[in-house]
Amino acid sequence: MRTARSRFLVAAAVLAAGVLGTGSADGAGGPAPRAALEAPAAPAAPADTCDPTDSLPPRQTVGAKIAKIRERGTLIVGVDQNSYHWGFRNPQTGRIEGFDLDLAHALAKSLLGDPDRITLKTVPTPRRVEAVKNGEVDLIARTMTITCERKKDIAFSVPYFRVAQRAVVPKAAHATTLDGALKGKRACVAQTSSSEAELKRNPHGTVSVLALESQLDCLVRMQLGEVDATLTDIELAAAQVAQDPMVEMVGEPFLPAYMGVAMNQNDTDLIAWVNQVLADRQADGSWRASYDHWLRDTMGAPDPYLP
Amino acid sequence: MAAPAVAQQQAGAVAPPAARGPGPVARLRRAAATPPGRLRAAGAVLAALVLLFGAVAVWQSAHRSRAAGQVVSVGGPLSQDAAEIYRRLADADATAAAGFLLAGNEPAEVRARYQDDLATAARLLAEAAGRSGDSAESQSALAELNRQLPRYAGLVETARAVDRQGLPLGGAYLRYASDLMQGTVLPQAQRLADAESAGLDADYRTAGAVPWTALALGALALAALVRQQVLLFRRTNRVFNLGLLGGSLAVLAALGWLLAGTLTAGDDLAGSRTYGTRPLRELDQVRIKALQAHTAENLDLVARGASDKYTKQWDGLVAALDADVRTPGSVTRLVAGADPATTGPLTDADSAYRQWQDRHKDAAAKNSAGDYEAALQRTLTAGGADTADAAFRAADAKWAAAAQTEQDAFAREAGGVDGVLAGQAVAAGVLSVLGAAAVLRGIGRRLAEYR
Repeated sequence: MRTARSRFLVAAAVLAAGVLGTGSADGAGGPAPRAALEAPAAPAAPADTCDPTDSLPPRQTVGAKIAKIRERGTLIVGVDQNSYHWGFRNPQTGRIEGFDLDLAHALAKSLLGDPDRITLKTVPTPRRVEAVKNGEVDLIARTMTITCERKKDIAFSVPYFRVAQRAVVPKAAHATTLDGALKGKRACVAQTSSSEAELKRNPHGTVSVLALESQLDCLVRMQLGEVDATLTDIELAAAQVAQDPMVEMVGEPFLPAYMGVAMNQNDTDLIAWVNQVLADRQADGSWRASYDHWLRDTMGAPDPYLP
Repeated sequence: MAAPAVAQQQAGAVAPPAARGPGPVARLRRAAATPPGRLRAAGAVLAALVLLFGAVAVWQSAHRSRAAGQVVSVGGPLSQDAAEIYRRLADADATAAAGFLLAGNEPAEVRARYQDDLATAARLLAEAAGRSGDSAESQSALAELNRQLPRYAGLVETARAVDRQGLPLGGAYLRYASDLMQGTVLPQAQRLADAESAGLDADYRTAGAVPWTALALGALALAALVRQQVLLFRRTNRVFNLGLLGGSLAVLAALGWLLAGTLTAGDDLAGSRTYGTRPLRELDQVRIKALQAHTAENLDLVARGASDKYTKQWDGLVAALDADVRTPGSVTRLVAGADPATTGPLTDADSAYRQWQDRHKDAAAKNSAGDYEAALQRTLTAGGADTADAAFRAADAKWAAAAQTEQDAFAREAGGVDGVLAGQAVAAGVLSVLGAAAVLRGIGRRLAEYR
């Protein structure tokens, strides 16, 4: 069953790749840092015209924050336990694993010399910004999209993943386009997500929009026939498909965006350090290895997703 | 209601004839115009009054006796069953979450407990449907419960199956199942419990009501008998008419019995409320809140950070349980209000409750420090004795023991009331028949003197 599912997913993701891939012609994981990383050093300050890819230049110097982390001996990372292949609790091992967790461990290794000197805190979606602001966590690696709205309160690293919005529908709906997936249908989104904002801005012909705490709750409703379609970030859409071979992603990805590591605006030393680690991971193939391990089966070739 | 009509009839019979005519009324009036005729009419009216008093007393006492019987045999158990249905369903929800958290390590008894909860709830639902009969509110709540319960069970099984594949979707299913339980099923169970409580209160009101009509009729009959004796005494100078005197005594005895019976019944019913129903309801309130807090505690671990609503739920429920002694539904108030029979279990429950709170705080601290496994261990371990779950179970077991004591007190207090009221009905019937017979005999003696 697993292979059949994977075959389908690869096909779906390749389709997605075709659409998203335009922006990453040089995304072969070469050693050169990406353009965004070389961007001039503007602090992550709020601006009227905000560039989501904008962050501090990569540098590894120990400042107040990193000194504090080293003194503590452990890196406190806000994570998710419910995003399949990104951050989820493996019931066999009891460990939280996934693409975001690989990054968290890499950061711990770089900062403290040991990938396991890490404290994982599960932070509910609505509390993410607050947790970073009040210092409950050092950083958040949790499929978090960089938005100008969030940048007013917290800082982000340079992007480490490109995302977009995608619709997920039951295969039985035989939809082929975004319009076919949403028009005249009952849609489901996660509360306070970009998807919810988008459907508020443009309903895409939906007859109703159900906003739930998590996009995974949408998959439950979809399986039970209470909603017809889910609109969510592409990586979470892929995670839904990975958990239920009877649903599929349809239509073109739209509203491209970036995922970043969220940090406190005051922790400039940490922000620069994380940016260096992100650049190194892309340069030395770790990003690609992690992608291949967790995501290739469900999302296909990595090129469309490289920032 | 009947009293004024009788009084009018009596007044008419005593008054002199006003009209002559061919009808039976006119003939009666002509007959009543003579002294023996007047006496005969007075005797008939008096006997009828006594019998009417007896009939109303029998009817009102029997009605109250039936209501008192309902309190003990139907209302009390039914409202306890409704509370038990609620508790079982809430417990099933908490246990499903526990089983889910323990996953592969789920001991057989956790699984059995969940199944037993659902089976017991289903059995009690069927029994309640058979007993609550005519209450439309209860029946519609029962129908809704019967519709939703299989849906809930299905969702829980799906959650388990998906979880066994290692997919986070399983947790989402369990949260959905719990939402159905908390948002739809339990409110219906609450509706049922409220309807049954209202039925019990109505039975209490009926059983404890003072039979005013019967008492008024008895007083009226007694007054009429006394008046007739005074009239006879003036006319004949004979001090006693034994028949009328006997009739008066019979009515007096019946009245006394009625009054004493009503007071006893009222006293016992009040006792059953004070020592049974009211503490039971307070206990139910606390147990249900504690159960819901326990569910929130487990679901917070199931949600693994997907939602912070369970933390908020926990905080709200525990704030209510921790409220001061003046607030109904607080643990402290339960202990303060305990009677000698329940002080022991309620004090034990109180300390188990505090232990539960301490362990929960410990687990929550571990969870927010990022040590999910330790938090889980502290909350729930297969066969673990020092977990939050174990402390909650201990508290609930003590509360259950206190509830059993209260239930026994309720049955003891309310148990004889229907008998008292039934005896009162029989006594009123027999005494009024005897009284009426005595009246007729007394009047008959007096009439014989005219021949």
